[in-house]
Amino acid sequence: MNRIVHPRALAVLLALVAGTAGAADPLPAIQQAARAGGNFTGFSAERGAAFYRAKGSDWSCATCHTPDPRQPGRHTITGKAIEPMAPAVNPARLTDAAKVEKWFKRNCKDVLDRECTALEKGDVITYLRSLGR
Amino acid sequence: MNTHRIAVSLLAALAGITAAGGATKAPPPAPNLAWQEECGSCHLAYPPRFLPAASWQRVMAGLGDHFGTDASIEPAVAKEITTWLAANARKPKAGKPEPVPPPLRITETRWFIGEHDEISAARFKSPAVGGAANCAACHRTADQGNYSERNIKLPPK
Ligand code: HEC
Ligand code: HEC
Ligand code: HEC
Repeated sequence: MNRIVHPRALAVLLALVAGTAGAADPLPAIQQAARAGGNFTGFSAERGAAFYRAKGSDWSCATCHTPDPRQPGRHTITGKAIEPMAPAVNPARLTDAAKVEKWFKRNCKDVLDRECTALEKGDVITYLRSLGR
Repeated sequence: MNTHRIAVSLLAALAGITAAGGATKAPPPAPNLAWQEECGSCHLAYPPRFLPAASWQRVMAGLGDHFGTDASIEPAVAKEITTWLAANARKPKAGKPEPVPPPLRITETRWFIGEHDEISAARFKSPAVGGAANCAACHRTADQGNYSERNIKLPPK
């Protein structure tokens, strides 16, 4: 059998893939969860900044992502470089809800021995997005 | 719904289409995209050929507590990666018994220790290297899966 795919059909398909992958803003779902928790009055960049620097048992978010999220970080055990977290300098950040949730789950467990609350997640995202270049 | 998974399966489908229309030659063993993405984020993605299948199965079964970090991934993705790692793992040598339990670390295998016996423990631990598991500190093309002797350059002491 000989299947032929028109190049333009391929291009459209690839554009679709690129468009859907990573298109989801993580914040709306987190905000919905925070509202459901009750007493929600909005996210705060200041609370997010404090949370980002606060140490759990050994580490804080800043341990691997550096105290200034506009700078490249370094995995504290393996030494592997980590791209900056602030969307102002790294526009790919915080654009893929599934990726963001996956890393919140892992990193919060590593730092705090528990999952982050919706409020904490929303605060951190708000903080990172508040940073200019 | 994980959008990466969709992208991966679509690309795989595309690859299938081109293969069907092309030559009879078997396609080269492609690196698994899920493995690259999931196992290459905290450290370079360690090539499957450095551990036997039993080791990979043990590593993959314990991702919730993976060398002191949480590296857990979706079960369906984990299954795909495990299958790919096992298929491309180091084959056991006839007549040579495999250690039990299978090692979790490449850096603890007899093969690795033998290959690196000229490097002292202190050198591996030095800040410039940061541990034996940081292959890329010395193997400058390790991120491309190339560990050939020509591309080895130890960092200055
Ligand atoms: C032990 C090291 C380490 C610590 C500590 C850590 N992270 Fe991470 N984080 C990583 C790595 C590795 C990645 C994935 C690599 C990448 O995306 O560049 C990542 C990715 C992320 C992402 C994904 C961002 C995106 O859109 O690409 C978020 C969100 C995140 N971390 C938040 C946090 C928060 C919040 C904390 C503190 C509670 C934290 N991290 C602590 C290592 C760490
Ligand atoms: C959340 C971060 C993270 C992710 C994701 C991750 N690892 Fe690791 N891995 C580590 C850390 C930390 C170590 C310990 C490194 C050290 O001791 O220097 C490690 C070590 C290893 C080692 C042993 C290296 C050696 O020989 O000493 C193997 C093998 C390994 N990882 C496989 C995997 C596989 C397979 C995956 C994908 C399913 C994966 N890792 C994903 C953090 C991670
Ligand atoms: C401190 C530097 C250093 C680190 C870190 C290191 N290696 Fe090596 N490796 C060497 C040197 C030097 C040799 C050459 C030994 C010789 O020729 O006697 C070598 C040899 C090898 C070889 C054989 C190459 C050949 O063509 O003969 C492989 C494969 C290899 N290393 C894999 C790894 C892997 C996988 C890791 C990480 C888990 C690693 N190495 C970490 C320095 C290092």
